[in-house]
Amino acid sequence: MSSAAHPAAASGAPPDSPASRVATPATRTALAIDVRDLRFAWPGKPPLLSIERFAVARGERVFLRGPSGSGKSTLLGLIGGVLQPSGGSVHLLGTEVSQLSASARDRFRGEHLGFVFQMFNLIPYLGVLQNVMLPALFSPARAQRIGDPAALRTEAVRLLAALGLASSSILEREVTQLSIGQQQRVAAARALLGRPEIIVADEPTSSLDYDARESFLRLLMDECRTQGTTLLFVSHDTSLGRLFDRVDSLADLNAAAAMPGAA
Amino acid sequence: MTPTLGLALRSIWNRRTTALLTISAIAISVALLLGVQKLRTAAKDGFANTVSGVDLIVGARSGQLNLLLYSVFRVGDATANVSWASYQRIAHHPDVAWTIPISLGDSYRGFRVMGTTNDYFTHYRFAGTRELRFASGKPFADLYDAVLGADVAQQLGLTLGAPIVVAHGVGNVSFANHADKPFRVAGILARTGTPVDRTVHVGLEAITAIHVDWQSGTPAPRGARVGADEARKLDLTPDSITAFMIGMRSKVLTFTMQRAINEYRQEPLLAIIPGVALTQLWNLVGIADTALMIVAGFVVLAGLLGMLTAILTSLNERRREMAILRSVGAQPRHVFTLLIAEAGTLAACGVLAGVALTYAAVAAARPFLESRFGIFLEIGGLTRYDFGLLGAIVGAAFLMGALPAWRAYRNTLSDGLTIRV
Repeated sequence: MSSAAHPAAASGAPPDSPASRVATPATRTALAIDVRDLRFAWPGKPPLLSIERFAVARGERVFLRGPSGSGKSTLLGLIGGVLQPSGGSVHLLGTEVSQLSASARDRFRGEHLGFVFQMFNLIPYLGVLQNVMLPALFSPARAQRIGDPAALRTEAVRLLAALGLASSSILEREVTQLSIGQQQRVAAARALLGRPEIIVADEPTSSLDYDARESFLRLLMDECRTQGTTLLFVSHDTSLGRLFDRVDSLADLNAAAAMPGAA
Repeated sequence: MTPTLGLALRSIWNRRTTALLTISAIAISVALLLGVQKLRTAAKDGFANTVSGVDLIVGARSGQLNLLLYSVFRVGDATANVSWASYQRIAHHPDVAWTIPISLGDSYRGFRVMGTTNDYFTHYRFAGTRELRFASGKPFADLYDAVLGADVAQQLGLTLGAPIVVAHGVGNVSFANHADKPFRVAGILARTGTPVDRTVHVGLEAITAIHVDWQSGTPAPRGARVGADEARKLDLTPDSITAFMIGMRSKVLTFTMQRAINEYRQEPLLAIIPGVALTQLWNLVGIADTALMIVAGFVVLAGLLGMLTAILTSLNERRREMAILRSVGAQPRHVFTLLIAEAGTLAACGVLAGVALTYAAVAAARPFLESRFGIFLEIGGLTRYDFGLLGAIVGAAFLMGALPAWRAYRNTLSDGLTIRV
């Protein structure tokens, strides 16, 4: 069961009482991610997700264990706002994202979220710096947090250096010529550009070899700590869990996983 | 939309080999379409403007087209001649206001030599009401005077007073020539944009003079030759002419005269009304012209389908790219506009390249078309019709681009952020 600080404890109400379910506005905005009574099923398929509660506080770094096929990608899609739940709600930074229109969700995502995927993170026809600066292209609000294009470029270079890609020759290289490890670092820099409040990482180290995994993760976490970014890290590599504030298991959270006929 | 335009351009640049092929295909098809357009307009205008104010053209009985082509366009040859007697009878008819006799058969360095009278310079009109003007010199005064069309003088670098030796027959290179009776350039005409520019005009009697000691196309043996000055003293009235043009006193009398000439019992003659004959010629050409336009249209369609294929086949491998864009905040409509912008950019580049190709082709083909067919291709700008065609092509490209754009849009909605490689 989730060992997150239960908002009900802060309000003094006994846990699992109706009162405990209603969090005060103040506590709600202290949460980066607040998922309640989430239900999701693909059309014509049995329910995939049924999560009563999943919350991540601001600045918290959570490791979510979930093998492929368990619905973790779908959960990330729901949190990211590309999918809408069949029932329940998703609150991000106090905003009920699940109630927003599609374009509003896209804008919210552009402004407040960063993503790192397992592989093929980069756009092949853009250079390294352009890949890193992509979020600024689609979210003027995010770009403004850094400043003018020159400042954005400087910030992009700084982030790359912070993640271990300091050499200028990297910047010159075609994206397709980078190693997997280098590509993942570029992807992380892109996710961090513009100081988004939340970073969602979907198995970012699973394509790296063992030695590289921990160093990548440490660099990512250092930068998150500096910026106060919330990190939701999904992976099956449990050896990394010790570096996080909290470890959860999707199988434990997801009531639908236990049901007969589940995916 | 500007973020997506920048991405579209980079995306195309990344796949530039394929893009270049697609653009080339469109460029070639556009050049074909525009080229056919230009040719068709030039031919039509050329035909319409070559001769005006002439009510009838009379020649030996042959095809209408034949008569028109050799008398007006100086293309092809007459099968037989008109006897001087018949010409005189018709010319002196009370309903006839003026006539212009012409005699063809010789050439000078690839240009046709035409024997005529000074009435030609007085009565010939083209492009409506424009008269023949002299850039320098004047009409025939001496027996051996020649008046050059603008192109003849310019291409051969001839000026007033230059000597000309006319060759027998119309081949480009002729071994038989009339070297014993040289001509002198007495006048050079201003440019008309008609076959007049490519003609060397000499007097009718001069044609008789240079052939006076020739029999069946060969000169007499040396002893029997007649010198240039001797020839002056002879009666140089021609036995026959190739054809003649008629200006009637009243237009309404034209049809009666035409019928009378066609039914003339003394000699097989043919009288045509230039406007009517030109229209018939045009209708003949018109069928071919329409067919050409349809073919050109299909070629453009083929080029655009090639573009569509190129974009569609790249779509599958780009689903990941779309997911990445979505993850950084792009909306599905950005995905849509990205692909439409790519299609539009490819088409626009193709159209621009096609226009450039058209002009290059026109510049290259101009001399050939002028000399062989008397068609003057304008290197002018594009007409509104041309712009309409080009706009339609780019519009069609956008429409076609909507297909992969829509597929990508739907894909991105269902894929979301999941990797689907």
